[in-house]
Amino acid sequence: MGNRHPVPESEGNFPLWEYQESRENPGLASVRDRYGLWIDGKEVEPLTGKWFPSIEPATEDHLAMVAEAGAADVDRAVKSARAAAGDWAARPASDRAKLLFRIARLIQERSRELAVLDTRDGGKPIREARDVDLPLVAAHFFYHAGWADKLEYAFAGVEPRPLGVVGQVIPWNFPLLMAAWKIAPALATGNTVVLKPAETTPLSAMRLAELTADAGLPPGVLNVITGAGRTGADLVGHRGVDKVAFTGSTEVGKQIRRRLAGAGKSLTLELGGKGAHIVFEDAPMDQAVEGVVNGIFFNQGQVCCAGSRLLVQESVATEFVERLRRRLATLRVGDPLDKNTDVGAINSAAQLEKITGLVESGRKEGALIYQPACRLPDRGYWFPPTLFTEVSQSHRIAQEEIFGPVLSILTFRTPAEAVDRANNTPYGLASGVWTSKGSRILWMADRLASGVVWANTYNQFDPASPFGGVKESGFGREGGRHGLAAYLRGVG
Amino acid sequence: MEERVAVRKTCKLFIDGRFPRSESGRTFGYVSDDGSVSVQMSQASRKDLRMAVRAARRALPGWKGRSGYNRGQILYRIAEMIEDRAETFIGQLALGAPIGSARREVSEAIDLLIWYAGWCDKYQQVIGSMNPVAGPYFNISTPEPVGVVGVISPDQPALLGLVGALAPVMVGGNVAVLLASFSRPITAVAFAEAVATADVPPGAVNILTGSSAELAHWLAGHMDVNALDLSGVSSEFSTGLEEAASHNLKRIGRWDVPGRNPYRIAAFTEIKTVWHPKGR
Repeated sequence: MGNRHPVPESEGNFPLWEYQESRENPGLASVRDRYGLWIDGKEVEPLTGKWFPSIEPATEDHLAMVAEAGAADVDRAVKSARAAAGDWAARPASDRAKLLFRIARLIQERSRELAVLDTRDGGKPIREARDVDLPLVAAHFFYHAGWADKLEYAFAGVEPRPLGVVGQVIPWNFPLLMAAWKIAPALATGNTVVLKPAETTPLSAMRLAELTADAGLPPGVLNVITGAGRTGADLVGHRGVDKVAFTGSTEVGKQIRRRLAGAGKSLTLELGGKGAHIVFEDAPMDQAVEGVVNGIFFNQGQVCCAGSRLLVQESVATEFVERLRRRLATLRVGDPLDKNTDVGAINSAAQLEKITGLVESGRKEGALIYQPACRLPDRGYWFPPTLFTEVSQSHRIAQEEIFGPVLSILTFRTPAEAVDRANNTPYGLASGVWTSKGSRILWMADRLASGVVWANTYNQFDPASPFGGVKESGFGREGGRHGLAAYLRGVG
Repeated sequence: MEERVAVRKTCKLFIDGRFPRSESGRTFGYVSDDGSVSVQMSQASRKDLRMAVRAARRALPGWKGRSGYNRGQILYRIAEMIEDRAETFIGQLALGAPIGSARREVSEAIDLLIWYAGWCDKYQQVIGSMNPVAGPYFNISTPEPVGVVGVISPDQPALLGLVGALAPVMVGGNVAVLLASFSRPITAVAFAEAVATADVPPGAVNILTGSSAELAHWLAGHMDVNALDLSGVSSEFSTGLEEAASHNLKRIGRWDVPGRNPYRIAAFTEIKTVWHPKGR
C-alpha cells in the first residue's frame, strides 16, 4: 500500500524523506478457508450447517468462513464444559497453574502469528497488536497461572470454590486480549468455559483454542463457539451456564441483565464508556497532547475506555487544540499491516456507519469539525482522525459512545466544573487527569465517577490491575486479586 | 383502681432525618401475631419513596466523606441506642415469639452492629490493594461506596435481618433507602428512632413502612438508586425487581442469612484504580 499521507515537509517545503512502508508479512498467520466450532477439545462442524464470512476490514476481502453456532451447538458446548467441570475443579490446583503457564508460553512463542491474525481479522495496526495486545495476552495467562494454586490466600476466611460453567461473550476491538481477560481467570479459579468471540473477529480465539490443546488442556475445559448476537443470547440464556461474563455495549449488557433476571446466575458486565480526559493549565503540555491522542486514536478509538471527551481548561484551550491539530496531521492512517501505521481500519461496515452517523449528528447539532488532510485507501473501512470543538454537554457526541476516532472537546474553568462535566454521562469506566499538581490529582481521583483514573497517563493496562466500570459501564472487575472474585463463590 | 390511659406512639416514616406521615395520607393496620397490639402504620407511597431517594442522594457526599473512624463511631452509637431501648425491642419481638428468642435476637443484632462498626476503618485495607504492575507506575485500588442503596428488609428476623442488611451498606459509606418488613413493621420504626438519636446525618438512612410488594418495584426501577439488597425478597418476586433494576444496571446483592460477612461490605463498594507514572 503506497503513500497514504502528505509527507511531512521542512520549513523550506522540501520533503524530508520519501515515505517507505514497512509491511508485516501477512503469511506469518496461515488462515484456513473454514473454521468450525471448538467443542470438547476438537473442531467440529456446526449442527446448523451454516457458515458466515469473516471479512478483512482493510480490504473488504473474505478472510475465512466461520461456523454459525445454533442453539443445539450451544447446548453441545455447554454440556462439554459441564462434563469437564468436575474433574477440572477437583484437579490439583498446581496442575491448573502449570497448564496455564504452558499456554502463556505458547502465546509468547506464537506472538507474531497471533498479532497478524488479529490485525488482518480486526483491522487494528500491527504495531498495537504486536506491542500491546499480544504481550498483555501472554501476561494475563502468566499472571493468572500463578493464582491457580494460591486462591486460599486471595479471600480471607473463604474456601475458594469455582462457580462451574462460565459463558463468556467478548467484543471485536481486542479479539485475543478480551479472550485472555475472560479465559485466564475463569480457568485459574477452576471453572470451565464456553467462549463466544465477536462475529467479525473469531479467528484468533479459534487459534488460541488449538494452542490450549497443544498445551494439554483437557477436552471440554475451554470451548469456543462462533456466531453473532443470537448465538451469544443462546449462550447466556442456557440453563447449564452458572455464570455469565460479558464485554460489549451497554445496550446489550442491559438486555443480558434483563434476560438473567431471576435466573440466579452470577453476572459481570464490562460495558461502554465516554471517558473524560481532563487537561489543566499546569499540565505538561507535550505529554498531555500525546496522552490525549493515544487516549482517543488508540485502536481507532474503538476502545470502551477511550478518552473520547477532552475537557481542557479554558485558559489553555486554544493553544492545546492547536497542538492537537498539528499532532493529528502527523498520524499515519492506512494499511494496518504497515508497522508505521498509527490509525488502522474500522472494524466493520456497520461500525463505520455508526461512526459516520454520530459525526453527522455532531455537525448538525452545531459542533465544529476538524479532520487532517489524509487520503484514505479506496477499499476497506476507514475513518479519519476527527476533532470536534464547540461541543456542548447535551450534544450526542458528548453523551453517546461513538467507538471511533472522534474526540469531542469541551472546556472548563474550575476543578469542580471539570468534575461535574466529566461525571455528566450515564457511563463511568475511565477518566484521565493531566496536571502537575499532586494534591489536585488525588482530589480529582476521589471525585471522578469511574472505575479507572489515569493521571498523567492514559490507556495503561496490566493483569495485576483491576479494570472495570461504575454506573452504566457495568459491574465487576477484571484483573488483579479483585478480578478473581467474579469467578469464585461467596466473594463476588 | 383505674388504669392509667397510656400515651400511644404514632408510627411514621423516617425520611431525611425527620418522621413524616406518608404524603398520601395512607395508613395500614398492623396487628401483632398474638393480637395484643394493634396500630395504624404510615403506608409509604411512591412519592415518599422518591423523596427518600432524593434525601439519600443529598446525604451521600457527607456520609461517604466522613472518615472511617467517624462512621464507625456512629454505627457503634446506633448499637448503644438499641441496647438502651433493648426492652422495647424485646417487647416487640416477643409479640408472638418466645421471650428467650426475642432477647437473643436483640443481643445478636447489637453485637452484629458493633462487629460491623469496627470494619469502617479496616475494610479499605483488606479490600484495597497496591498493584504490582509491570511498568514504572504507582497503581492503587481502593473501594468507594456504590452510592444510594435500596434495601428490602427481610420479613424476619425483623431486627436482625434489618441490621444485617443495613449495617454493611452503611460501613461502606453508602446511603440507604430501606423498605421495612410489611408483616412486622413496628420494629423498623423503633430502629429508625434509634438511628435518629445516633448522629447519623439526615438522609443517610431512610426507612419506609408500607407494602414492600408495591414499593420495591419503584425502588428497583428508580434511576437514581445504584444498588439493591434483595435479601428480603422471595425468588419469584425477585425476577420482576431484577428486570426493573436492569434499566440503570443496579448492582444486586442477596444473602440467605444476616451474619458476619465482610464480603457484604465489598458487594456495595466499587473498586477504583488510579494510575500515575513514577519519574524524576
